[in-house]
Amino acid sequence: MAASPLLAVQALHAGYGKTEVLRGVDLTVSPGEIVAVLGSNGVGKSTLNRTLSGVVRARAGAIHFDGVSIEHEGPPMIVARGLIHVPEGRRIFPNMTVSENLELGSYRRARPRREQNRERVFGMFPRLRERTTQYAGTLSGGEQQMLAIGRGLMAEPKLLILDEPSLGLSPLLVEELFAFIARIRADGVAILLVEQNVVQSLEVADRAYILAEGTFVMSGTAAAIADDPELKRAYLGL
Amino acid sequence: MFSPVILITAILNGLLTGAVYALVALGLTLIYGVLHIINFAHGALLSAALFAAFFAFHLLGLDPYLAALLIAPIFFGFGYALQRLIIGPVSHGDDRNMLLVTLGLSVVIENVLLYAFRADTRTIDLPYAFQTIDLGFTFLPIPRLIGFCLVFAVALVLWAIMRRTDVGKAIRAVAKEKLGAQLAGIDVAHIYAITFGLGTACVAIAACLLIPTYYVNPTVGDAFVLIAFTIVVLGGMGSVPGALVGGLLIGVVESLSGLFLGESLGQIGIFLIFIAVLLVRPTGLFGARA
Repeated sequence: MAASPLLAVQALHAGYGKTEVLRGVDLTVSPGEIVAVLGSNGVGKSTLNRTLSGVVRARAGAIHFDGVSIEHEGPPMIVARGLIHVPEGRRIFPNMTVSENLELGSYRRARPRREQNRERVFGMFPRLRERTTQYAGTLSGGEQQMLAIGRGLMAEPKLLILDEPSLGLSPLLVEELFAFIARIRADGVAILLVEQNVVQSLEVADRAYILAEGTFVMSGTAAAIADDPELKRAYLGL
Repeated sequence: MFSPVILITAILNGLLTGAVYALVALGLTLIYGVLHIINFAHGALLSAALFAAFFAFHLLGLDPYLAALLIAPIFFGFGYALQRLIIGPVSHGDDRNMLLVTLGLSVVIENVLLYAFRADTRTIDLPYAFQTIDLGFTFLPIPRLIGFCLVFAVALVLWAIMRRTDVGKAIRAVAKEKLGAQLAGIDVAHIYAITFGLGTACVAIAACLLIPTYYVNPTVGDAFVLIAFTIVVLGGMGSVPGALVGGLLIGVVESLSGLFLGESLGQIGIFLIFIAVLLVRPTGLFGARA
């Protein structure tokens, strides 16, 4: 391993109640890298994300982020370290304005640079600037997704986890979204991209992992996985 | 059947009483809006705060309005600790458990008060307790007029906290989108406790406004909380403006039904309204969706 990875996950187990969802997951993300996690519904992608962000506690295994072991930490601490999870379903605050949603993105981290980061987010998503005083619940699906990502960027993430960001977006918006993902990486942010949209994820990602029934069955460069028809048929339904 | 002067006096008195009801309801609705539970310990906490105001006057010689500056922060801390150390950990994040824990707490608090201070009813004697202000056609009691103004000052401060501070915004975020708030780095257990503390501080201030003209015993808070619950349902569960308007309205209803039906039946109007709201508009005056 050349540079030390930003995120290193070893033999991670997690689940809910009696159900074990993750059964030994190993994963690394290097600084500035886009890593895609692919897999069909119900294989544990969201559980993986929630365990990384501390919402679900790991049962066994280790998570190292930026050189520190974080598997016993809760979300506030993990957010403070710069691991930001933009959840599936956006989870924006519908009863608050676009502006307030963004402010709360810097509740735990990068608060002194709130104003300049907000400008940066507006620079990337000009449509949000037009809607600053509008309640987030009244935004369109695409705008809500931009707001969710914008809220994540307000914390100056070192690693941004994007959980199904293209879900429910029109094909045109999906194109736009993947362009944003490339731009965010260009700013030096590492991205863990969890997606069902396999083709486009593999286009933008450097490496990819394929998750099936709680473990990774395959990993490699995005190009290699994209070129393996056998693999795509078996695990990704293509 | 009554002269306009008597009617107007009854309405004004109802508004003055209703303001304090509104403050108790404000605490209740705040906690409901964020934690999604009815805090059954609210009444016991009001009784405890009334004792605090009583003893602040008797032992320290503190005027109740001044004592509020001391008692409100203490009860904020007490409420924070109750939620953070007892209600939260015991209920493991399950709303139904939280509800039951607050019910248990109310029993404990009331019995501690009973054990410590007995069931005697106590009052304090303030030089200005019976002073009135002359409006030309009627007289209004000064302590309750002060109370009325302070309730709106408290509501304004609360509004400013919720709109202008990061903590207030975090409270509003947690109320509607808990997972999103967690992932923004908001410590939900801390925000729950702050909300519970704010609700308890509302009750503490209400106690300081009540004690100059009211009495205290270990179960006195229960009557207020039944009314406050009605107000919360009337105004819309979790709605702060609803609690204020509902409180004033209930105060007037109580005063008018006392006038028309006799003092002992004054509260019947409140519960008729309660039933009517549940039948006609279950989401309350300011309620969005259930």
